Amino acid sequence: MAAHLSYGRVNLNVLREAVRRELREFLDKCAGSKAIVWDEYLTGPFGLIAQYSLLKEHEVEKMFTLKGNRLPAADVKNIIFFVRPRLELMDIIAENVLSEDRRGPTRDFHILFVPRRSLLCEQRLKDLGVLGSFIHREEYSLDLIPFDGDLLSMESEGAFKECYLEGDQTSLYHAAKGLMTLQALYGTIPQIFGKGECARQVANMMIRMKREFTGSQNSIFPVFDNLLLLDRNVDLLTPLATQLTYEGLIDEIYGIQNSYVKLPPEKFAPKKQGDGGKDLPTEAKKLQLNSAEELYAEIRDKNFNAVGSVLSKKAKIISAAFEERHNAKTVGEIKQFVSQLPHMQAARGSLANHTSIAELIKDVTTSEDFFDKLTVEQEFMSGIDTDKPGNIARPCLYKKNTKIYQTYGYEHILTLHNLEKAGLLKPQTGGRNNYPTIRKTLRLWMDDVNEQNPTDISYVYSGYAPLSVRLAQLLSRPGWRSIEEVLRILPGPHFEERQPLPTGLQKKRQPGENRVTLIFFLGGVTFAEIAALRFLSQLEDGGTEYVIATTKLMNGTSWIEALMEKPF
Amino acid sequence: TTTGLILFFQSGRPLGAGVRLGLGLRMNRTKGDEEEYWNSSKFKAFTFDDEDDELSQLKESKRAVNSLRDFVDDDDDDDLERVSWSGEAVGSISWSIRETAGNSGSTHEGREQLKSRNSFSSYAQLPKPTSTYSLSSFFRGRTRPGSFQSLSDALSDTPAKSYAPELGRPKGEYRDYSNDWSPSDTVRRLRKGKVCSLERFRSLQDKLQLLEEAVSMHDGNVITAVLIFLKRTLSKDILFRELEVRQVALRHLIHFLKEIGDQKLLLDLFRFLDRTEELALSHYREHLNIQDPDKRKEFLKTCVGLPFSAEDSAHIQDHYTLLERQIIIEANDRHLESAGQTEIFRKHPRKASILNMPLVTTLFYSCFYHYTEAEGTFSSPVNLKKTFKIPDKQYVLTALAARAKLRAWNDVDALFTTKNWLGYTKKRAPIGFHRVVEILHKNNAPVQILQEYVNLVEDVDTKLNLATKFKCHDVVIDTYRDLKDRQQLLAYRSKVDKGSAEEEKIDALLSSSQIRWKN
Repeated sequence: MAAHLSYGRVNLNVLREAVRRELREFLDKCAGSKAIVWDEYLTGPFGLIAQYSLLKEHEVEKMFTLKGNRLPAADVKNIIFFVRPRLELMDIIAENVLSEDRRGPTRDFHILFVPRRSLLCEQRLKDLGVLGSFIHREEYSLDLIPFDGDLLSMESEGAFKECYLEGDQTSLYHAAKGLMTLQALYGTIPQIFGKGECARQVANMMIRMKREFTGSQNSIFPVFDNLLLLDRNVDLLTPLATQLTYEGLIDEIYGIQNSYVKLPPEKFAPKKQGDGGKDLPTEAKKLQLNSAEELYAEIRDKNFNAVGSVLSKKAKIISAAFEERHNAKTVGEIKQFVSQLPHMQAARGSLANHTSIAELIKDVTTSEDFFDKLTVEQEFMSGIDTDKPGNIARPCLYKKNTKIYQTYGYEHILTLHNLEKAGLLKPQTGGRNNYPTIRKTLRLWMDDVNEQNPTDISYVYSGYAPLSVRLAQLLSRPGWRSIEEVLRILPGPHFEERQPLPTGLQKKRQPGENRVTLIFFLGGVTFAEIAALRFLSQLEDGGTEYVIATTKLMNGTSWIEALMEKPF
Repeated sequence: TTTGLILFFQSGRPLGAGVRLGLGLRMNRTKGDEEEYWNSSKFKAFTFDDEDDELSQLKESKRAVNSLRDFVDDDDDDDLERVSWSGEAVGSISWSIRETAGNSGSTHEGREQLKSRNSFSSYAQLPKPTSTYSLSSFFRGRTRPGSFQSLSDALSDTPAKSYAPELGRPKGEYRDYSNDWSPSDTVRRLRKGKVCSLERFRSLQDKLQLLEEAVSMHDGNVITAVLIFLKRTLSKDILFRELEVRQVALRHLIHFLKEIGDQKLLLDLFRFLDRTEELALSHYREHLNIQDPDKRKEFLKTCVGLPFSAEDSAHIQDHYTLLERQIIIEANDRHLESAGQTEIFRKHPRKASILNMPLVTTLFYSCFYHYTEAEGTFSSPVNLKKTFKIPDKQYVLTALAARAKLRAWNDVDALFTTKNWLGYTKKRAPIGFHRVVEILHKNNAPVQILQEYVNLVEDVDTKLNLATKFKCHDVVIDTYRDLKDRQQLLAYRSKVDKGSAEEEKIDALLSSSQIRWKN
């Protein structure tokens, strides 16, 4: 079902199974037939851990989306609400329950909070007079959701804003809880490194939580050798750059949500003879993107410039394979050909989809606007204009603000204040610009990039090596001591903690065996950064393989949008 | 790099290498480079068969894939991929909701399409799910004044009975109900979502200890629960005073107040802390919640004069003035449009109201519908320009786009015509004529018009570049003639249609004995 989760160095299916088990246990508590009423936002993340079949096995007969007024009719014994703990959802639930009460035969109501129960929400239900109607009120701590064999996300969009703007650390608390769950399944992580204020907090919480659970000694042999906690505000630059990997570009242009992307349908219209172009689909084409698809796994982390040649090579191979049918003479040969057909057809479908996607992307990347944007970015990151001292004078900044407000609306006064507060914008008041030093020391700009056969992580941005990933790379070799000076320039403390293991659980690494590092991006990570880490994992003499976790998979656009003020 | 360079120009723009070359070109654009490009014979010889070209590779795979379609039956596609057309994998949860619930559950599409016009993004929109996890999200939604005041009920003894027994939890967890839990025990229980009385913490010292325990746990849910208890049981002054020295708790309270929209207490708090700018911004933020334009305008008026920074003050004033203007324009134009007597509104019905649009959009609108109005009217472009001190460049760009969209070429012409004191006219464009050309081209201006402005581009290379790109043959030919560049003219001959007037013109020039060619 989710075999792709187990292909990596760490079998993340174990985590998936654990959360599935918890889900089944909850469903079985509500004996008899059931209907689930979904907070729509949750269906995406839940889709990554369970299919309808699992629910059906546990007598879920109907599913609805949470909406006001009455529930649709359903002849079931139990009605279960799967919701995030948000007050406005409690109001809707109350409406549902009250109108159901009037309808007649009583049902059993239950509520499952994801990822946790909230006293405040229960209070709201009580105020609305329905709290007593619920038999089970439970929480389902879906903190880290497995996205791929090496990727976990909390999918918490507000995390960055809350941590770095509002000073609300709740999502850090959830991150720490998620890490505790991981350690319960994969063993205690002996070494913790970190950089940044939030990283420090999470490490503190983990240590504290561990102390509280001393009763049960974790006896699982550790899978992870170390944990690297990284604050997003240590590297605010990278997410703002346009990602140039295949997956990164899909996300930049169309937005990937819970590993699905919605694409304009025209390019995917089924071509049948004599169809005359009627019945063109108008609904967006939705595709799932993960390593379960062989071709996608091969091309997603490549620079887009290297994707075309792979696709054309694949096309030749598949054509040749189909041609084989002419050579099949004997019954045995024909039988063998036929037995391969399903696989070949799947490969053909996959190739057709990605060729279409690549064409769509190509349309964007060859446009004037895209080129101009990229040129400005690359000039900035390579340091062409920025090395001059006092590059942006105050009056200039003022003018820029005015222009932004006149073009986008005055309410963005609030947006720019938020960006400034979060550290994305700095009023240049004669302060020193540290970027040139950081760029030179960490080699963030590489002039000779090989996009086809990369030799360095900078290929993911065609020249710019993401700072965050460079830090991870240097930590693994030769160690952070070599870059103390730069680490001091970057915001927040850097630290190292050890979690002692009983002697029986201490790992004796075989010669040549890679270390496994869990790297946790607090505040979000981009697909290009993930690609860069996967590139490092695959290096022959790299010595480290990475499993990536984050509060949210994001890109520059979704990030900035999350920082805008919205009506209450 | 010569080939690379040419490749980059020809095939559109391959990413990466191309971009980097392109960048290199921009960074140290030398005459040599450009000449090499324009003179290169490879420019023409380049075809899509080139192995390195990505577009051709894509086409190739497309071809291969399509040819297979004849052989493979498309019908079992869905079976193979197990994906229904509209999206989800068959059997996925969202798919099943639709399947099991009949026709319900399609509203989210609409919601996703509600793209914020404020978006800075230039590409596709992103659906915007809101925050899942954090505490702050718990508070969003309809605010019910007073409903939080009773929160402590939840935390006190009373509801114990109405809480159904928690099946599946070890009995021990709710067996104990004690009155002498320490602050840290209490916090720990709250963290596990259990009923727990806070009421017995009566002294200020106890309450503060409770708060400190909660803060040290970092669990926002609990911190806020304690803060609400403190908010209810402490006087405002004491609460503020104590939080001032407890920054983490203070930030949680501010966030909480923002989320539930308790504006009054929030403003009191900022006043107490003497954070005047935040006070002003926080007050200003409230306008986002006001839908009614007149009410919003009145509200913005109350923002003018608040202690913003100097630059923000000016912008807030402009925001107010703009909305005030828009309300007048909107009322007037809606009337004109419905009366059906005004040609421009009949020909080009308005697609949306102008209310709450940004200034530049408003200027565009005014250049579109009210271009010829006298400066005295609120809706005239010139009035807007003066009132909001819109820079010349911005004004010209916007007016050009609006008039070009209406294909009002005379207006475009007038926009760039200046008279000097002797009465001579002169063409001048503050934005540079190369940008004028680009904008005209985007608005599908005919070649004759384009040509006129391409000719006004001063830099010869840029002029040739644009003329070639937009097929302004006369300009190209004349320029090569003026440059006395016989070779280029000869090369260009192959790009014009056979037997066309352009070809004749080139032939005439080439055979002319009047010109002293440089090559």
